[in-house]
This record gives sequence, C-alpha cells and structure tokens, in this order.
Amino acid sequence: MRDVAIIGIGQTPVGEHWDTSLRHLALQAALNALHDANIEKVDAIYVGNMLSGEVGGQEHLGALVADSLGMSGVEALKIEAACASGAAALRVGILAIASGMLDLVLVLGVEKLTDTLGGETTAALALAADAEYEVSQGISFVALNALLMRRYMHDYGWRGDDFANFVINAHANALNNPNAMFHRRVTPESYARSALIADPVKLFDASPVCDGAAAVVLAPAEYARTLSPAPVRIRGSAVATAPLAVHSRKDPLALAAARLSARRAYEMAQITPQDVDFFELHDAFTIMSALSLEAAGFAERGQGVRLALEGDITLQGRLPVATLGGLKARGHPVGATGMYQVVEAVLQLRGLAGENQVPAACIGMTQNIGGSGATIITHILEMA
Amino acid sequence: MDSQQVMHPQRPVGIIGYGSYVPMYRLPSTEVARVWHGGGKGPIREKAVAGLDEDTATISIEAARNALARAEIDPAEIRAVWVGSESHPYAVKPTSTIVAEAIGTTPYHLAADLEFACKAGTEALQAAIGLVGSGMAEYALAIGADTAQGRPGDALEYTASSGGTAFIVGPADEALATLSGSLSYVTDTPDFWRRAYQHYPSHGGRFTGEPAYFHHIQAAAEGILAGLQARPEDFAYAIFHQPNVKFPQRVARRLGFTQEQLEPGLLSNVIGNTYAGAAITGFSATLDVAQPGERILVVSFGSGAGSDAFVWEVTEALAERRSKAPLVSDYIRRRVEIDYALYARYRHKLLVK
Amino acid sequence: MSGKVAHDWRLKGQRYRLEGEECPHCRVKIFPPRDICPECHKPAKEPYRLSGRGEVYTYSTVNNAPGGFEEYTPYTVALVKLEEGPMITAQLTDVTPENVKIGMPVEMVTRKLRAQGDEGTIIYGYKFRPVLQA
Repeated sequence: MRDVAIIGIGQTPVGEHWDTSLRHLALQAALNALHDANIEKVDAIYVGNMLSGEVGGQEHLGALVADSLGMSGVEALKIEAACASGAAALRVGILAIASGMLDLVLVLGVEKLTDTLGGETTAALALAADAEYEVSQGISFVALNALLMRRYMHDYGWRGDDFANFVINAHANALNNPNAMFHRRVTPESYARSALIADPVKLFDASPVCDGAAAVVLAPAEYARTLSPAPVRIRGSAVATAPLAVHSRKDPLALAAARLSARRAYEMAQITPQDVDFFELHDAFTIMSALSLEAAGFAERGQGVRLALEGDITLQGRLPVATLGGLKARGHPVGATGMYQVVEAVLQLRGLAGENQVPAACIGMTQNIGGSGATIITHILEMA
Repeated sequence: MDSQQVMHPQRPVGIIGYGSYVPMYRLPSTEVARVWHGGGKGPIREKAVAGLDEDTATISIEAARNALARAEIDPAEIRAVWVGSESHPYAVKPTSTIVAEAIGTTPYHLAADLEFACKAGTEALQAAIGLVGSGMAEYALAIGADTAQGRPGDALEYTASSGGTAFIVGPADEALATLSGSLSYVTDTPDFWRRAYQHYPSHGGRFTGEPAYFHHIQAAAEGILAGLQARPEDFAYAIFHQPNVKFPQRVARRLGFTQEQLEPGLLSNVIGNTYAGAAITGFSATLDVAQPGERILVVSFGSGAGSDAFVWEVTEALAERRSKAPLVSDYIRRRVEIDYALYARYRHKLLVK
Repeated sequence: MSGKVAHDWRLKGQRYRLEGEECPHCRVKIFPPRDICPECHKPAKEPYRLSGRGEVYTYSTVNNAPGGFEEYTPYTVALVKLEEGPMITAQLTDVTPENVKIGMPVEMVTRKLRAQGDEGTIIYGYKFRPVLQA
C-alpha cells in the first residue's frame, strides 16, 4: 500500500451563491486546486456531493465535472454519504492511489443548496435520515440534533448556555477566513438571545444552509515532493458506520461511528489523541461537537462541553477546533464540508493560516459526519 | 302503529363491545358569539374540536379500538366494518378500510362507508344487527363519527363538533346489552344538505325543527314503543339525537320521558353535535353508567331525513367489561380550551394556499 | 401530487399496528422490522406486534418543518422507548411542549401524519400521547 499526499488545495468562498451554479462552483474549486498543485491533468475525479439531484435536478456529477474541466475521458464518479460526502470522496481517492491503480486524483466536494426554498431544503437535508421511520414522522435535521441535545443535557446536567463557546470560538475564527460565510462575532449575550429553533437547539447552535466547493489534488507520497513544495501526508483515513436511524442505535448519545473511525485512523497513523495538534470537527450543531470530541477520545463521556467551557478549543487552547470557522461560521455546504475541513487542515499544516495559525501545527485531524452520525469519516494529516 | 314495523333479527343479538372517542379541544360558544355577534353565548356551553391530525378515520380508529378492548374478541372474527359519517376524509376511497387495517380486522370482511347526515352511524348499526342477526356473521363493527363543519357565522357553528362511537354487534349470549328490537323511519325531507364539492352544509332554518327532527324522532320512537308494547317509564334511560340541548329535551318531554332518563346520555352541552356520532356517543355514555336489567331507548335523527330507533337491555356482562376502555367522561374531562383563532386553524378555515 | 403511494401502502402494518418482529433465537423485540436481529445478528422474521406503551426518552419541537409538514407546526417529535425495548421516532400529539417531560408515559394512537397535497393520499400512522387518565 502506498502512502498518499495532498499536493494542491482549492476552495470557493462559502455563502449564498445566487449567481453561481453548482457546475461553476465545482469548476472554480477544482481549478484552484489544480493550479495550486501546478498540474493540468489527473487520472480520476471523485466528486463528493449530497443533494445535487434533489435540489438542483442534476445527478451524474462525475461526468459533469470532468466535462467542465475539459477532461472528458477521465475516470470520474460522484460519491455520496450525506453530509460526509466530501470526506467520502477523499477516502475513495486515497484508496485509488494507495492501491497503486491511479497516481493523480482530483477530489472535489461541492454543494449548491440555495436553489430550493426553505421547506424543500429542510426536506432535502432530511434525506440523510431514515425515510421510512424518521423522515415520515416529520422529523427535521435540526430536530434530530435537538433530540440528542435534550437527552445529553438531561443525562449530564448541562444547560443550554454551556454550549456557547463552540459558537463563539467558531465565529471568532471565521473573522480571519476570507472564505467563511460569516464575519461577525458572537458574544455570550448574543448566543443567549438567539431564538430557539427546535428546543433546546438555538439558531446559533446550528450551521447555515449555504453553497460552496473545495478540492484537493492527491498524489503518491513517494514522489509528492517532486510535484509540490509543501505536500501534506495522509497518515490516517477511516470510514465507519452506525445504524442510519438514531432510534436504532443502542446508545444514541455515543457516536459509535466516530469512535470507530477515530480509533482506526489513530491506529493507521500510529498516534494517540494527545498527538493531535488541532481538530477540524463536524460542528453542524453544537451537540455534534461535544459528542464528536468525546467519541474521538478528547473528552470523557458527557464532558465534551467542558472543553468549550474551559477554553481548550480556542486557537490558543489545548485542542483548537474549527480553526477557520468550522461548519458553524465558515459554513456547511453539506457535501463540500468534508473537503473544506481538509483544505483548512492543509492550510494550518503548511503554516498558511495567517492570523489563525495554530502554533507548531504538525498533526491535524478532520472528522466529517454524515446524517445524525451514521457515516463518520476521520482523516489524520501531517506535513510531509 | 303496527308492531310489524319493528324489526327483529332471526337470532338474538346485542352489543358485545362499545367505545367512543372525543377530541380534547373545546371551543366555548362564547367564542363564536364574540366573533360573529360581538358577545353573548350560544345554545350550548362548548363543543369538541378535532386537532390538526384528526379526522373521521382517526376518531373511528380510537373508538373501534375501545370497542374491541371491551369485546375481547379476535378482530379477525369481525365480518363487517361500516363507518357512517358526513365527513369522510376522502370523497372516493373508504374510511372503513383504513379503520379495518388499523384495528386488524382485515381482510375477510365487508367494508363500506355510509352517509345519512347524523343518522349514518345508526344506519351502520342497523346493518350490523342484520348481518349478525341473520347468522351470516358472528360479529360486525358499526361506527358513527364526524368532524362536522359549520359555516362560519352560521347558527350551526356553535354546535358542529367532532367525535364518534363504535359498536361491535354479536350474539346476544355474549352481549353487554341485548337488542329488544329496532325500527327505521325515513322520508324525503330536505332540512339540511351539502352539495358535492361544497365545504359547508346548508339548512332550512326553522324547517329543520318540526317537519324534520321532531316528526321523524317522534314517529320512530312512538313506533318502537308501540311495537314492543313499552312505555317511557319502562326505560331507565333514553337518548335522542342531540343537535343542541333543547331539541332532545323537548322531544323527550313530548314522548313522556323525564330529564333524569336523558341525563347521562345528553352530552351536547359539553361536546356539541358530533353528527353521526351524536346519539350513539350519548348511548355510549349511558352504557358507562347503566346497570344490569335496565332498558335503554336510542333514537337517532339524520337530515334528509330519517330516524333509527333501538331498544336495548343491559346484561350482567357490562359492569366488568366497561372498565376495559376509557369512559366517555374520561374524554370529556380531557379538555383544552381554544379560542376562535385556533379553532379556525384546526378546522381548516384559514386560507393558507 | 399523488405521492409515493406504494411506499406508504407497504408500511401500513408498521404505521397502523406497530408490527415489528421477535428474534426466535434471543427473543429480542424488533421495531422497525429488519429481518436480522440487532442483538444476535441471526435471521429474525417472526411478526410481533408492539403494545404501543412506552416513555419519552427525549423530545423537541419542530418549528421549521420539512416540506409536507408545514401545516402542523409547531409539533413535538420524540424518541419513545417502548416497553418491549425498541426505541421509536414519532410525534407526540395532544400535548403542549411545556408539559412534555423525559420519562413521561405515553401510548400509541393513530393519527394523520400528512396529506400528499390536496389531491394525493392521506398518510396515517402512529403518534404517541400522554397515557389517557381514566
């Protein structure tokens, strides 16, 4: 098995791109990544996306993106794993190169959510849940997270405001990220005032609906150096699943797939959680941040919130998270999110995160969560 | 009256299970009066209003489940499921098959929806008596339920309400109440109607009184009393269709029944007129308190028009089995008052698209 | 829009009657039916009808509904732990959110889940309400 490295990254700003189509978002991120890698052709393109069919009436994104890039003829596929589609596409790219079957792969995450209206978008996002036994009951994604947050608060005695620092930290970090959707500070007061959208989830607990695309170029680590001055090696990569529906999970408050995928990634990288310098976690909702920190081994059961309360998650803390805004403030263009996490991790490892640079960032971890926790994908990256 | 007009099944039958359902929302009549007349009150205290997720099918299902709980039979032994209503959720597609599937009687039985304004439920009951009485079936389920719509501002808006009751008819030796006889009386009398595709019904105002309600109920009641050689004082209880409080009281007085005989079954003051569910929910509430050996007269009225009359006699089995499902009073006690605005929303009177 | 008629029709046993399964090997009760026991992973296809009694494990209120459910907002959704063991996602009905509590005993009722527009089918199914006080 060959080691794999990232030799180029690209992204578009995250936001409501009313005047840009999915095709053009994809193109922009892909060209940026190819330019950064200083190459023109790849052996394959893997496109992570969740809802192009439901929202945009367009499937078959592999051929679409290949054609847009003028690379028709190349291997190209769409990879879907709900909100974890981005990291899933990366995983496929890594498998292709590690196996020795391919050498250069473009991995792209793209999502265009703003082409439908509110209720339609809410319904589309709910496709990640169990259609027959969750969605049919009128559940929304916000509500699924609210169910988990309510029980978590009940079992461990946390109050709503205890989650505030996840949000405050993400928004503070986004201030210096030109590609972030939000550039406004959140204070404890504004968090506390935020409207309840599905009790106990406040508007500020939730990540925004938005558009965006991010991409990387992968190459075999053995000759990545000849292609790039600053390749980033993929030390760990693992996908794990849990029952699709929350009600089918033996322990709804344990993100079993996060625990499994993190453990496998640590084993592959031969590191422990203590070795991780920063963590791009999947803060689609504050409760997901807490559960993810616990499942990945950074906090005891029920204590993920404590890391936020005690300042461990800030850029100066023990484990910086959402270093460029996270899903909360950079934005959560679902199928692209996993790729934004990776692109941002590469910026940190290259030392190019500007004001938000994590000091001496050597090992970064990303974790992309599909649905309410049914597919969870962890990657560990290190400067090559 | 000729006693031949009273119908008797070929074999003795009775009610082996009964159950009701009344939604929990209540609209005080003062709310209707406030909105349409600037104050005052209406002919009843308040009426039951179905919630956003309730309709005739869901009301029928809960009533039928309560009836099954009291009947203690295997639902698969039921050979007919008939639902009488003027507010079937579909214009074409039976409510009865939804109910049947939900309570587990399917597939080997008859199923149909009946419509005869407020008498559709007792029509279903007559049919069930016939099916079981002929020996074609051991058990049959008859339901009357409605989510009645009154035109905003119309006098009927005070009373048009939601609720329903189900009966399982079976052999008399298993019955909680046995049938002594029944009678039906119908004429073409257009006192109240709703044309196809119309949302709200129309009615003939005062014409709904003497030529319609009173004539049909009195004719049916007098007919069955004569046919069975019974007098009002032979009955512990009597239930008449109850579009309001006054009409059943007046018809009872004319027929020689007392307020005491009406009392347990006169629910319109607190739940309104549940249309196809009205007389039979009154009957259900009466079964909730009746004692063995007591006789009960039930006379429905449906616009269009007609009445079904029944005479029942309570058996020893009732006392033990009635505790196996909620009483009508349990549902009446479960009460959440709403204002006219919420009522307008729950009953789909707001233009939202 | 006529909706996914066959899809909803196929689910009527579960939606109307909480028809699940029982594992013939370890006797675990299963809902929704999945034909493979989640505990012992052996085939499990024996039909088993759940009682519909349970308690609220957690709950929330939906204010921004997915398409098709807008007319019912605000409504309460919950995970209900059934007394036979399985957990089920369902709406709570006949409640006001302030009166719902974790651990509250509930019972299954059949209610309207949604309608497929003005012309499509009406979908009925399980919801849960506070146990009726008799």
